Amino acid sequence: MTQTAPPGAAIAGSMPAMIDRIPSGTRDVLPEEMRELRAMTERVHGVFDRAGYGEVATPALEYEGTFARTDMDDSRPAYRVFDEQGNVLVLRSDMTIPIARLVATRYASSEPPLRFCYFAHAYRGVRPQRGQSREFLQAGVELIGSPGPTGTAEVLGVLCDALDATGLKTYRVGLGDASLYPSLLEALGVDPAPTNVILAELARGDFVAVERQIRELGLEQEQVELLLRVPRTRGGAEVLEGLDGALNDALRGLRDLHALLAPDVAERIIFDLGLVRSIGYYTGAVFGVYDPAYGVPLGGGGRYDELLGSFGRSLPAVGFALNVERLHIALTGEERGRTRRGAR
Amino acid sequence: MFDDTLDLLDRLGIDTSEVRENDRKLLFEQSGIVTMRPSDVPTYVEAGAADIGITGKDVLMEQSEREVYELMDLGYGRCRMVLASVEGEDRAEVALRRLGVVRIATKYPRIAARHFLETGRQAEIVEVKGSVELAPLTGLAEAIVDLTATGTTLRENRLVVREEIAVCTARLIANPVAHRLRATMIDRLMERVSAV
Repeated sequence: MTQTAPPGAAIAGSMPAMIDRIPSGTRDVLPEEMRELRAMTERVHGVFDRAGYGEVATPALEYEGTFARTDMDDSRPAYRVFDEQGNVLVLRSDMTIPIARLVATRYASSEPPLRFCYFAHAYRGVRPQRGQSREFLQAGVELIGSPGPTGTAEVLGVLCDALDATGLKTYRVGLGDASLYPSLLEALGVDPAPTNVILAELARGDFVAVERQIRELGLEQEQVELLLRVPRTRGGAEVLEGLDGALNDALRGLRDLHALLAPDVAERIIFDLGLVRSIGYYTGAVFGVYDPAYGVPLGGGGRYDELLGSFGRSLPAVGFALNVERLHIALTGEERGRTRRGAR
Repeated sequence: MFDDTLDLLDRLGIDTSEVRENDRKLLFEQSGIVTMRPSDVPTYVEAGAADIGITGKDVLMEQSEREVYELMDLGYGRCRMVLASVEGEDRAEVALRRLGVVRIATKYPRIAARHFLETGRQAEIVEVKGSVELAPLTGLAEAIVDLTATGTTLRENRLVVREEIAVCTARLIANPVAHRLRATMIDRLMERVSAV
């Protein structure tokens, strides 16, 4: 163990005059942590591999134009560099876009569906704190060419198997539909301008501002109440039942999906009608992974049926990415909770 | 805002007598309440150390990068975020006109910076931690951005309100993960808050 112990303690009291720092939001990983991370990613990789998802690697650097195909909001690339010819390159901010590019270029005529998985670092300009790094390891899959609800159900099954393999016991998967609230607003005749404001406020989680905006639309009382209720609706499959009108139509996709889920997957699901992912390319089902042992989402994903088309090969697609560091934090949190309960 | 919050909890049937009796203790396990200064509430809620919290809109505006859900306007603790300067000729206006930049002392540097950016004026924000009213009286700044409830402190320091930036009330906030995993508890609480 001597060689794996952190070296910090040895130099206390004799601090060197200058310390070579690392960039804000990045960090070093030492052997003891790395061993646990590696064990976890290998178990997850086993799940992906058995499900038929082939591992790919793509360059950490891409041309800026590759990431400019779609509106990425909060997850757009934060780091730019020039190459020797003056081209602008970006450090990838996710793996979905590089894989969309890869499919359109390297698998231009392959018969779908295509299944890929990855374990790769991505880079974003986030506010650094625990579990929120500017360079972070993602474990994820992409299923290309399999439309919803079948493809979505397959990927949700892989997601739950992967989370089981990490050793997490109390995780839940929030499931919503990125098209649900926009189509409901459209069905009620709300103009695009206020719709965009409302969706942005909803993505920020400002329900007070959402309510104020909706009350200003001048709709009938019943419609106002519907628009206020829907984004706050979350719970089991019962939230999909007993509805009518525009909402009932908008929920058909989620109901069809629910019918295809295996029982052990379905019991992990929390239907969340207010779930709007902040990434612009999602078109249908969206999901988020939560654990009571940790206050931030462990990962997420969704359907992106139009993204591949912008790279020249129009195929429906769905995928998810898990933040490996956060999985590890949640896992230690769950273990601590179990020890504490056991001690009582 | 603290007393109003305890009154609200009383009306919801949560026993706050222990909180009222102790001004040193911070964690009350019986009722599940933690007490802290309002500007720390988003920190605890964002990290999930508290599921829900109550704090002022001023705090949420200043810490707008926090990933917390703002669920309800509780209506009490009403204050105004204002731009104020010494009575008489507005020195802030003079500085902007003749020097192009106004110096603003504030405990809310991001709210102040955003207000001047949005109104197309250049400002140098001077952050202070204590009595901000002192700054324009001593020449540290031409004006202040601060929270005022009754306006008494402003008047006592010969300051007048020049612009109103926002009206701030107490807000119920939630951790985004808890908002999903403890949905029933949070919804029930919100229903009871609306009812009282």
